[in-house]
Amino acid sequence: MISITGRELTTSQWLLRGLRLDGTLLLLIGVVLVLGLVVLFSATGEDIDRLQRQILRIGFGFAALLAVARIPISTLRAWSPWIFLLSLGLLLAVAFAGDMGKGARRWLDLGFIRFQPSEIMKLAMPLMLAWYLSLRTAPPRFIELVVVSVLIVVPVVLIMRQPDLGTALLVAASGLLVVFLAGLGWRWFVGMGLLVAAAIPLFWAQMHDYQQQRVLTLLNPESDPLGAGYHIIQSKIALGSGGMYGKGWLNGTQSQLQFLPERSTDFVFAVYAEEFGFVGIAVLLTLYFLIVARGLWIATLAQDRFSRLIAGSISLTFAVYMVVNIGMVSGMLPVVGIPLPLVSYGGTSLVTLMVGFGILMAVHSRQRLVNR
Amino acid sequence: MLSDRQDDLHEERRDQQRFFVRVLIAGLILFLLVLTLGVRMFSLQVGAHAHFTTLSENNRLRVEPIPPTRGLIFDRNGVLLAENRPAYQLEVTVEQTDDLDGLLRELSRLVELTPAEIQRFRTSVRERRPFQPVLLKANLDDETVAAIAVARHELPGVEIEARLVRHYPQGADFAHVVGYVGRINAQDVQRLNTRNYAGSSHTGKTGVERFYEDILHGTTGHRQVEVNAQGRVIREVAVVPPVPGQDLYLSIDVGMQRAARDALAPNDGAVVVMDPSTGEVLALVSAPGFDPNPFVNGISHRDFATLQTDPHKPLFNRALSGQYPPGSTIKPVVALAGLEEGITTADQRMFAAGYYQLPGHSRRYRDWRRSGHGWVDMNRAIAVSADVYFYDLGHRLGIDRMSPMFGAFGMGSRVGIDATGERPGILPSRAWKRSAQNMAWFPGETLITAIGQGYMLTTPLQLADITSTLANRGTRVQPRLLRAIRKSSDLAPVIQPVRFLEPVIASEAHWEAIHQALIDAVHARHGTAWGSIGSTSPAYRIAGKTGTAQVFSLADDEEYDADALDRRLWDHALFIGYAPAEAPEIAVAVLVEHGGSGGRVAAPIARKVMDFHMASHGLLARQEGKP
Repeated sequence: MISITGRELTTSQWLLRGLRLDGTLLLLIGVVLVLGLVVLFSATGEDIDRLQRQILRIGFGFAALLAVARIPISTLRAWSPWIFLLSLGLLLAVAFAGDMGKGARRWLDLGFIRFQPSEIMKLAMPLMLAWYLSLRTAPPRFIELVVVSVLIVVPVVLIMRQPDLGTALLVAASGLLVVFLAGLGWRWFVGMGLLVAAAIPLFWAQMHDYQQQRVLTLLNPESDPLGAGYHIIQSKIALGSGGMYGKGWLNGTQSQLQFLPERSTDFVFAVYAEEFGFVGIAVLLTLYFLIVARGLWIATLAQDRFSRLIAGSISLTFAVYMVVNIGMVSGMLPVVGIPLPLVSYGGTSLVTLMVGFGILMAVHSRQRLVNR
Repeated sequence: MLSDRQDDLHEERRDQQRFFVRVLIAGLILFLLVLTLGVRMFSLQVGAHAHFTTLSENNRLRVEPIPPTRGLIFDRNGVLLAENRPAYQLEVTVEQTDDLDGLLRELSRLVELTPAEIQRFRTSVRERRPFQPVLLKANLDDETVAAIAVARHELPGVEIEARLVRHYPQGADFAHVVGYVGRINAQDVQRLNTRNYAGSSHTGKTGVERFYEDILHGTTGHRQVEVNAQGRVIREVAVVPPVPGQDLYLSIDVGMQRAARDALAPNDGAVVVMDPSTGEVLALVSAPGFDPNPFVNGISHRDFATLQTDPHKPLFNRALSGQYPPGSTIKPVVALAGLEEGITTADQRMFAAGYYQLPGHSRRYRDWRRSGHGWVDMNRAIAVSADVYFYDLGHRLGIDRMSPMFGAFGMGSRVGIDATGERPGILPSRAWKRSAQNMAWFPGETLITAIGQGYMLTTPLQLADITSTLANRGTRVQPRLLRAIRKSSDLAPVIQPVRFLEPVIASEAHWEAIHQALIDAVHARHGTAWGSIGSTSPAYRIAGKTGTAQVFSLADDEEYDADALDRRLWDHALFIGYAPAEAPEIAVAVLVEHGGSGGRVAAPIARKVMDFHMASHGLLARQEGKP
């Protein structure tokens, strides 16, 4: 779509370039967002009010994307450690003075606005690590690994204690992905894998009965149909009964008859699968895959280490989002609260995602400026 | 310079290559993951389509829990202490409403909803299972029920349910024994079996209600219902009925409980009455009490604050959680230790002056009686409560021989009563002081321990237990509140067996000496309880011991002057005793907070309780024939 030679530019291409946007990525995001609104209309029980609120959030997300895309990468890079320190401070503030919401301490109330600092950490973490590792020569050495481990573990533990396992997982993933992309030796990953495997029995012994129950429920949801297994059972029924072509928009009995819990948020994928079938899923998975691929493409073309690392990490974290959510809805992973990116109802994660894409756009436009 | 830049460029290129490889690997892994998801979806949606379609179509059936009826609680004679009363309550099934905030606004026009109620409602909404109705307001009056019933078609998801609500007809008198139930909160959820509490809204929070939660709660049943497209129940398909909780018969006698309460009034304190032969607790009073009924559906912040800031601390269970110095009531145990260890004999006499001094020390350990008691043997020392005799005995015994005897009587560890909140007290010893204060034991501390002061702390329940052991001459029974369990109303209650504890071993002659001394403390003219209860002795005989526990210490040369002191600094008054002395039927421990003299204040309270027992035609004696 974008002409590399840059001679014959259409109006829209001029506009994209002026706004420093990548048309391909923007188009893919737009398609998924529209698809999301279509599903949400069904999942919320045709609730125009909530749909309007979601559209408003998308608008806000776009504004954020446009704004961030205009920030020069060098500025972003210079801010990175401060952004990280700020969100770490906010996390600490939440730990001591946070608001209880949904039974967990995640929210910080500044009087005029309430927000989750853990959400900022999703971007602050890869920014910080990309900044730190771009100062050093690759691949990271032992001492750097120690620093990086601390940088990852402290915020993740704070978020886990809120408790918010889903976000903690994403923040950890975004950090680890930076380390992976920076070229950390394979033996470290193997060692880490072994360490985790060794820690599992210890973890298991430390867990509360009800936590163990949750894991066991994943293995056999039918054992507790009234409790923790309910989500998974109903979600699998929704998926399975959707079939090849789905039951049709607004016709999913699982969602419309309200058997499916959290059908507009974490389990919205099940609604989509029930109504649009395997064909619909294939389309959505392809779209997601293309978004990630485009993001990685932008990353590989980037001209400096920081840009590469941050763009790569953001793209792959998006992939983790998607894989974990779909894996959980289809009963392959335990139920942790991670929304379906760009589709689930709710503001916080949407805005963070859009800001992330804004950074990708910024990387993209700088790369093009350099090329010219 | 140039080579540097070339190096940089070279490094940059290598980095770019390395990054590219990593991205390729990541892309490949991602592709495989997406493929896995795709395959999983295919197997679910196409492979197992028929299976899930059937499930989906059958999904018109929903399983709903049916909460069991909570077991009732009676006293030993069948007087109701905790019952279930039907009450109307307003419940909302959140899944059936589109606009919860709007609905709450609508409802608040019909019902008075306090912010606290709405807050509580929202909290439970988050913690419930899908489709579980959530309580919004309890105890609706008839007018409100009618108003909501009329408007119900405009209020989707709103239901009026007739539920059973726990009620405590005896009010404040049994709050410290029976305890109360309250709404299940986040902490309870972690403790309880969520499956069995699927339909339950309340659980035992304190006292017997908490201790016997498993027995009282019962087993949740289920019903399968068919629902229409709006999720409303059309018909019932199958039912697994719940198993109601079992009824409890406590060992408490309501009459004796009231007698003890009246005898104690208007003081703050505790009375514990036990049957020494069975361990059954006949009365357990902690005054003042509080009405447990407001706690059932959540007491208001203001009312709770009032209870909490009350200087008489009505929420504090003095009988189980209150730890007090036992004072002179502990002297019989010290005497027994002296006899058993061969340190002294019952006949050995000493001159009890007005004070005692450790050899080589100048500090004077004073007797409660300035002039002293003259020549005393053990019998007289207990009866007149001669401090100096016990200073001397304690000094000769030493803490290492005293502590084990206290321990044998159960001091320093929980009695194991079947209610919540019991505390262990403190059994002072060298090891205890080392671990608690990281300090060595001083000889002077042995002296004051021998008269039940210093570090030593006991609960009124422990004192009753000690009294029971003294009455039994060493045989120890497990004190308990539960007398019998009834599985259902058409079955007879099953009496719980008596549990015996490790006995206190001592020679019969030594027990007899202590026993005689305790009788003389009440019935001999020189006894400390003679003036208050012995002189008007009834047809039965009492063995007992007075005690006065210091709340603060006087200096060597100071005089205790009640009139000049703030009431909160007055001594605690204690009395332990059993009756009839020859064949004990009840063991009583009385503690009056800041009551002053044990003989004058506490002993008459115990006497009234014993009188009640004897007057109610020797209740226990009569029931001996029964199982």
